[in-house]
Amino acid sequence: MPDTNQDAGSAYNYAYLDEQTKRMIRRAILKAIAVPGYQVPFGGREMPLPYGWGTGGIQITASIIGRDDTLKVIDQGADDTTNAVSIRRFFARVADVATTTRTEDATVIQTRHRVPETPLREGQILVFQVPIPEPLRMLEPRETETRTLHALSEYGVMQVSLYESIARHGRISKAYNYPVLVNGRYIMSPSPIPKFDNPKLDRNPALQLYGAGREKRIYAVPPYTPVKSLDFEDHPFEIERWPQSCDFCGSTESFLDEMIVDDQGTRQFICSDTDYCQERQENQRQEAERQEIRSK
Amino acid sequence: MTSPLLSVQGLTKRFGDRTACNEISFDLWPGEVLGIVGESGSGKSTLLNCLAGRLTPEEGSVLYETQSAGIVDVHHLTEARRRLLARTEWGFVNQDAREGLRMGVSAGANIGERLMAIGARHYGDIRRTASDWLERVEIDLARIDDSPTVYSGGMRQRLQIARNLVSNPRLVFMDEPTGGLDVSVQARLLDLLRGLVDRFHLSAILVTHDLGVARLLTHRLMVMQRGEVVEAGLTDQVLDDPQHAYTQMLVASILPV
Repeated sequence: MPDTNQDAGSAYNYAYLDEQTKRMIRRAILKAIAVPGYQVPFGGREMPLPYGWGTGGIQITASIIGRDDTLKVIDQGADDTTNAVSIRRFFARVADVATTTRTEDATVIQTRHRVPETPLREGQILVFQVPIPEPLRMLEPRETETRTLHALSEYGVMQVSLYESIARHGRISKAYNYPVLVNGRYIMSPSPIPKFDNPKLDRNPALQLYGAGREKRIYAVPPYTPVKSLDFEDHPFEIERWPQSCDFCGSTESFLDEMIVDDQGTRQFICSDTDYCQERQENQRQEAERQEIRSK
Repeated sequence: MTSPLLSVQGLTKRFGDRTACNEISFDLWPGEVLGIVGESGSGKSTLLNCLAGRLTPEEGSVLYETQSAGIVDVHHLTEARRRLLARTEWGFVNQDAREGLRMGVSAGANIGERLMAIGARHYGDIRRTASDWLERVEIDLARIDDSPTVYSGGMRQRLQIARNLVSNPRLVFMDEPTGGLDVSVQARLLDLLRGLVDRFHLSAILVTHDLGVARLLTHRLMVMQRGEVVEAGLTDQVLDDPQHAYTQMLVASILPV
């Protein structure tokens, strides 16, 4: 028996998908970049993982990745969760790329539900995994109708949902998948990132690609494109803030996860972005060492 | 001399080889309420949908005088313009309020939708306008955050009217607005409608099979039978001195109380 671990890469075409499929997806990506926020249909393929685990993101990554790329995969901000680890290993095997957990070192970052805390730079590509690409879906179930609404930019109904939220809860209660207006034209679902990350989408130097595998849609936000979170004049968009700071690195600026750590209900707040948190801890440790040397 | 608000010429709508409306022409003047009566299947709802741009007729034209852009042919506008017209200068009141309302959101949001669609982005202002309109259609302000699913039939119908009138339309299409309501609720709704039409100088086209409603609300009447207008004239004239055999039958079949 051949060692499947060794040969898995060569048994498939480079980056798993065949070349025709990759060309088709690239065409969809180009169109999506040309019309920021517009959902481009594409012929989504079956991938070796279930829908909802990132099939859309994986297909985009497979179509844009090359041997000199460095890939980072995050799931809810973490580099070490099952989904992130297996997607990273998948591409290391079938696309022969270097992988990293460091945001600065990556050229392609595939992400589920977070935007890294470390600011992105030009030349980087952020690939989002999207479960429901249509922001109007919960308000208007008919696909023909939502397409018309987008085509004619009739977005009153989206505002109605925000109105309803204020009427019921006294504030806009939507905390993730918060709808945005891209380039003053299309309303877009930013995938279920916390609204904390919405400001990072605005005029970001990196290219943002969004892939929905089940719904077979690709959309994009090109670098430096304005992305505005919808709101009311008297109820402006706000991001969440925590009274606590990260228990590991002390950050007060990052998105914090709340963990219950024992049966007594003791809570701990830690950064959701593991790379950002570890880097800060590392810096603090080095700084402490330097202090120690200086004091000797 | 003013020009008509809506001018319909030779409108014909067919479904396959069945003609639903045949060669219908009329003018609607500003501030006028026109009733279309006739039995079920006579083509009155089809005609209304053609006028409102919801169905495309095979022949004929529907000319509407817009507030800003002069006279336009409703069926030669782009879809974007037509939909804009429909949610700013027009209103459409359905027989079944559930079709005309967004049942999943509160009454306030239902009234506010048109405002938000044309760019209102101030929650407080939208809510204030919604409250004003709830008051006008005699719905208790405490119900503003209730969903229309918990409203009675009459309240839903009044909410639908408020939702349509909030953008100050000039022309309102009504398809059996009082159908399916009990008589006392009907009377209140009619009273309300008459007041609103008067107060906001609305023009309206009202489809009904209830001659009592027609008598109370409309200035002019068209009687339809099998897709044809068989008689037209001032409401009182038509109802008091019907000329066509069908109209005579229709007037004669009103149940005396």
